[in-house]
Amino acid sequence: MSAINATPENLSEILSGEDIVPTSKEASAAVSRARRPPYFETESGKRFIEGTLNLFKNTIPPLLGMLLFVALWALIANTNKSIPGPVETWGAAVVLFSDPFYNNGPNDMGIGWNILNSLYRVGIGFGLAAAVGIPLGFMIGRFDFLNRMLSPIISILRPVSPLAWLPIGLLVLQRAEPASIWVIFISSIWPMVLNTASGVQRIPQDYLNVARVLNLSELKVFTKILFPAVLPYVLTGVRLAIGVAWLVIVAAEMLTGGVGIGFWVWDEWNNLNVAHIIIAIFVVGIVGLLLEQALMLIAKRFSYD
Amino acid sequence: MQSYVQIENAGMVFNTKKGKFTALTGIDLHVDQGEFIALIGHSGCGKSTLLNLVAGLLDATDGVLLLANKEIKGPGPERGVVFQNHSLLPWLSAFENVYLAVEKVFGRTESRKQLKARTTAALELVGLTHAAGKLPGEISGGMKQRVGIARALAMEPKVLLMDEPFGALDALTRAHLQDELMKIVAATKSTVIMVTHDVDEAVLLSDRIVMMTNGPAATIGEILAVDLPRPRERLQLAHDPHYHDLRSKVLEFLYSRQMRPKEAA
Repeated sequence: MSAINATPENLSEILSGEDIVPTSKEASAAVSRARRPPYFETESGKRFIEGTLNLFKNTIPPLLGMLLFVALWALIANTNKSIPGPVETWGAAVVLFSDPFYNNGPNDMGIGWNILNSLYRVGIGFGLAAAVGIPLGFMIGRFDFLNRMLSPIISILRPVSPLAWLPIGLLVLQRAEPASIWVIFISSIWPMVLNTASGVQRIPQDYLNVARVLNLSELKVFTKILFPAVLPYVLTGVRLAIGVAWLVIVAAEMLTGGVGIGFWVWDEWNNLNVAHIIIAIFVVGIVGLLLEQALMLIAKRFSYD
Repeated sequence: MQSYVQIENAGMVFNTKKGKFTALTGIDLHVDQGEFIALIGHSGCGKSTLLNLVAGLLDATDGVLLLANKEIKGPGPERGVVFQNHSLLPWLSAFENVYLAVEKVFGRTESRKQLKARTTAALELVGLTHAAGKLPGEISGGMKQRVGIARALAMEPKVLLMDEPFGALDALTRAHLQDELMKIVAATKSTVIMVTHDVDEAVLLSDRIVMMTNGPAATIGEILAVDLPRPRERLQLAHDPHYHDLRSKVLEFLYSRQMRPKEAA
């Protein structure tokens, strides 16, 4: 191996990297190691470099974004003394999560209990909405009459802010707990109804022709054609709905009280414990992200394209 | 005279937003058992509409259609349809797609084992035994079309209806499938009605070519008997003067007497 002299003749060779000569120190080391090719030129070495590059590509930008966010936060906390900075909040979070499931009576329970209670309400309200909304969507999609009948009502009710339904829920159901579940129900049902219905309407005519030519029974049409064809749309609706439900639960719980992450935020505001409020914001965000990701995984499993 | 498929004075009028549109009028056609009929014409001439009438996917607004002396009312598995775009269900494997049809037709009288054997046999007929477990998204266009043919054949239909079955395929795959179809039809003695816009395909495959006039209010312009002996060989026919004679008759009908109107979409 010789030193590189970049003449026009060997320039292309150098640029192609066919025979890149290590810097002098490494070169002598390589020679002393009985002329084995340097590690970064072997197959595994190349793979290592590529893997590392990919790792950088995938991790550096998000990390940088996070870092910038934390820096901005620290800056704001520095100028406004009422907002705790990242370090202070981290300390509070460590204390908080070291004992997430303590129970000192209904007004003082661990963060874990609060999250689980909120998830429980979302689960019930959202589950009921799915149980009603998905079959309703199927029927609206399948029967044009029903579609024409219900679409004006849905168009009016859908844009209503979820919390506007709370007084009705309190009035009819008398108690706060079912009222907040009702709010989840009514706000998360629309994406499921509408997506399911549009999925049914968009089933390619070819598939239905196959069903007609084969004279399939209604049950077979449903299990072999309608359901699998509409499933991706249903799952999109479910995904949107769970996003809405999780969005709404915090606000609903702030108003109704009880144990839950939304009430906890309000409680901590009354205690002027701003660090805990910030922690709650992160917790709500992360749990929402996890819910969404879980449903994305399920949706991927059922996509056929 | 008794025929297998009888179409008597059939007509089809669609109600559109712009009023009534007469697609077909005065169609008279008799098809014998085991006959291979090609429907040819310019696009928009209603040849697919005519096929859909026989399939029962559309109801004729005029006239009568009979299959084995029974009026055709609605679609049914005794008329196997091969769709232009294969129409396989993407969430079912090739085997399951065929099995769905087999189960519907023979499920009441035969055991599961027999149904599976029928499905396997149908896939073998089109040379797809190796792809039985594949989903439609995992196989080529020609293979998908073959699964569609297997599905239609597996039902043992009285008549096989094919709507431009090879229209979406490249020329080589198309020729290959045409040869296979000829073998299958010879083996199963199927009655076939096939819509095509390919003159060579029509002459090569069919016993009679039904040439349709341009729409609206399209009807049968002329019927040409293809009296070439079977089995037919693509390469031999290329040098057969009679083949070229028949071919030019169809071409003449399509391009000089039924010149496609320029404004037609």
